[in-house]
Amino acid sequence: MMEPGLYQILFISAALFFTGVYGFLTRRNLITMLMSVELILNSVNLNFIAFNKYLWPQKMDGLFFTLFVIAIAAAEAAVAIAIIINLYRSHNSIDVENAEDLKY
Amino acid sequence: MPSIATIALIPLLPFAGFVLLGIFGRTALKKPAGYLGTALMLASCILALYTAYGYFFDFGKIHGAYQKLVPFQMTWLEFSKDVSINIGFILDPLSAMMLVVVTFISLMVHIYSLSYMKGEERFGTYYAFLGLFTFSMLGLVLSSNIFQIYIFWELVGVSSFLLIGFYYDKPSAVAACKKAFIVTRFADLGFLIGILVLSYYGGTLDFGTLIARLTDPSSTQMQAAVNASFLGASALTWGAVLVFIGGAGKSAMFPLHIWLPDAMEGPTPVSALIHAATMVVAGVYLVARLFPVFAISVPGALHVVAYIGVVSAMIAAVIACTQTDIKRVLAYSTMSQIGFMMFALGVSGYGGEAGLGYSASLFHLFTHAMFKALLFLGAGSVIHFVHSNEMKDMGGLRKLMPVTHITFLIACLAIAGVPPFAGFFSKEEILLAASRGNTGIYYMALITSGLTAFYMFRLYFRIFWNKEAGHDAHHGKEGGFALLFPLVLLALCAAGAGFIPFGEYVSSDGTPLHSEFDPVFSIAPVALGVAGILLASWFYLRANDRADRVAASLKGLYTAAYNKFYIDELYLFITKKVLFNLVGRPAAWIDRNIVDGAVNLVGNETVAFSKLIKKLQSGKVQQYAIVFLGGVLVLAVLFIYIWH
Repeated sequence: MMEPGLYQILFISAALFFTGVYGFLTRRNLITMLMSVELILNSVNLNFIAFNKYLWPQKMDGLFFTLFVIAIAAAEAAVAIAIIINLYRSHNSIDVENAEDLKY
Repeated sequence: MPSIATIALIPLLPFAGFVLLGIFGRTALKKPAGYLGTALMLASCILALYTAYGYFFDFGKIHGAYQKLVPFQMTWLEFSKDVSINIGFILDPLSAMMLVVVTFISLMVHIYSLSYMKGEERFGTYYAFLGLFTFSMLGLVLSSNIFQIYIFWELVGVSSFLLIGFYYDKPSAVAACKKAFIVTRFADLGFLIGILVLSYYGGTLDFGTLIARLTDPSSTQMQAAVNASFLGASALTWGAVLVFIGGAGKSAMFPLHIWLPDAMEGPTPVSALIHAATMVVAGVYLVARLFPVFAISVPGALHVVAYIGVVSAMIAAVIACTQTDIKRVLAYSTMSQIGFMMFALGVSGYGGEAGLGYSASLFHLFTHAMFKALLFLGAGSVIHFVHSNEMKDMGGLRKLMPVTHITFLIACLAIAGVPPFAGFFSKEEILLAASRGNTGIYYMALITSGLTAFYMFRLYFRIFWNKEAGHDAHHGKEGGFALLFPLVLLALCAAGAGFIPFGEYVSSDGTPLHSEFDPVFSIAPVALGVAGILLASWFYLRANDRADRVAASLKGLYTAAYNKFYIDELYLFITKKVLFNLVGRPAAWIDRNIVDGAVNLVGNETVAFSKLIKKLQSGKVQQYAIVFLGGVLVLAVLFIYIWH
């Protein structure tokens, strides 16, 4: 079996990224939108790993970045879910179209 | 020499009264307010008498001359090494004499008010204001530097404002207190500029140093002040004239006198204290305080003082002859007498015999305080009795109010200059000084002195004689002890104060001035005074129409004088018509349309623009995201294909 090259991985990553963006823009459910954000983050992680492995194999910077992103994504998920719970309590819904109070 | 605490307590006791009564005067101390204020004032008066006695007879005189002592001085504000403001006390014949006058008159007014103001809603507040005024006035006379005097100067202005407007539910009182404050503030602007000019050239604010530097022709400060000229007069002349303008405002000199007659809206004891005996002579005090500078360095400014003084004296005397409100007659009489003091200073020289005018002026200040306070308190007693200020409501009161009648008569004789009452001696000295200094002023003063006798006895006859007591007899008796005691005491002073050899104690350079009584010189003024009295009795002793007929024959003059020579109208014309239309309205238009317009334009444009763009903040998260994505894509394209 052929080992995947950098281009293949970047292709996967780009596909993942736009899937996430599409999901973020089209879904109305906040949980799904959060999941889409995770997809975007993971596509970025994939990029970091791929560039680290293929361009500077002797260094580990990309790896560390990835670890950071995962940690932050976890924290962000916690915050986002807390917001969503509060939104549910006040609006009885987690539909993003019902959460349009913060405007002019 | 008395301790510093003794001197400090003289102004601080009334101040304590002000603080206590100001805080508790409407609640806890409402009942005893009058007694508390009076007791503090009595203590202050005793301390002042003690200090003045010590100064004049014990420690004040060194080597045959009274010294300027500064028993206490501290730096209050230090701006830099050269510029600092001190707070201190000065003790010299002038301030010692003023301490006695202010505390004594204030004490009399405090006692008098116990009865006069009884039952007032704001009785405690009234005594608090009296305390504030007395404190300010005592601080003013004790000030050791020109900046300190300015502080207290404004404080007496404020307390005068508060007391004129004491009946604040009366529109005329409100208008009067505003007028008094604005006119004197306007004059104080001149005073402030004068202070700045003098202290800039003198390099100090302290009176002693300032006078020493600005009277010594060899000092650099004096030369700089004389050489700097503005509009044809030296800086020194300007400084002195500007300071005098401040004094003229406070002392109601023509043409800044318009506030004084209106100030009679205040309670009558207040008129006696502030607008007759003490505050209005602050201008005289100020010129006397800086007298060496006026006399030695700028005789030109002294001429201004002399002419303004004599013109004010004369105009006020003429107006006083026509007024029918008894307090207004007294107000114009006050203005006239202060005019006497001013021109006495104006014709005086410095030192020795030439300084006769200086001593005479302050002597007159002293005696005038006694008899004018007495006149006002007597008028208050009459007003209390008949409940009116108008002469037509009075007449024939001599049997109903015997004490008031006798004391009022003594005061009238004193002010008319009939020997041996106090006013005779002081006015004699003033006229003598004027005859030596300036003959023109002397003759004007002589005529005014005759007019004084006439209008005072017009007042006296219209109140106590003229017709038989026409009003109802149910008014009862004249006031009680508190009302009559000050009258009697002041009457004794008004009768006897003239025998004090005043020049021995208060003179321009501190060395005793032996004034000799010259009976030949006195013939003319006394004869004129008696003529004035006789004329007044011919007109007013019995009810008749002689006065009306004379008034009708002098119609133009009489109407003009009755309307105070239209000076008020002139002011109104200048302020309302000229200043308001030519300056006020255009300025208001510019303010409303250009200044405000610019600000409003910016505001309106901002609002319009924000209306345009506010839809962008829709609250729709996904819309934001798509815009964001679009931006990122555009940037990406730019970075990849254009800016690579």
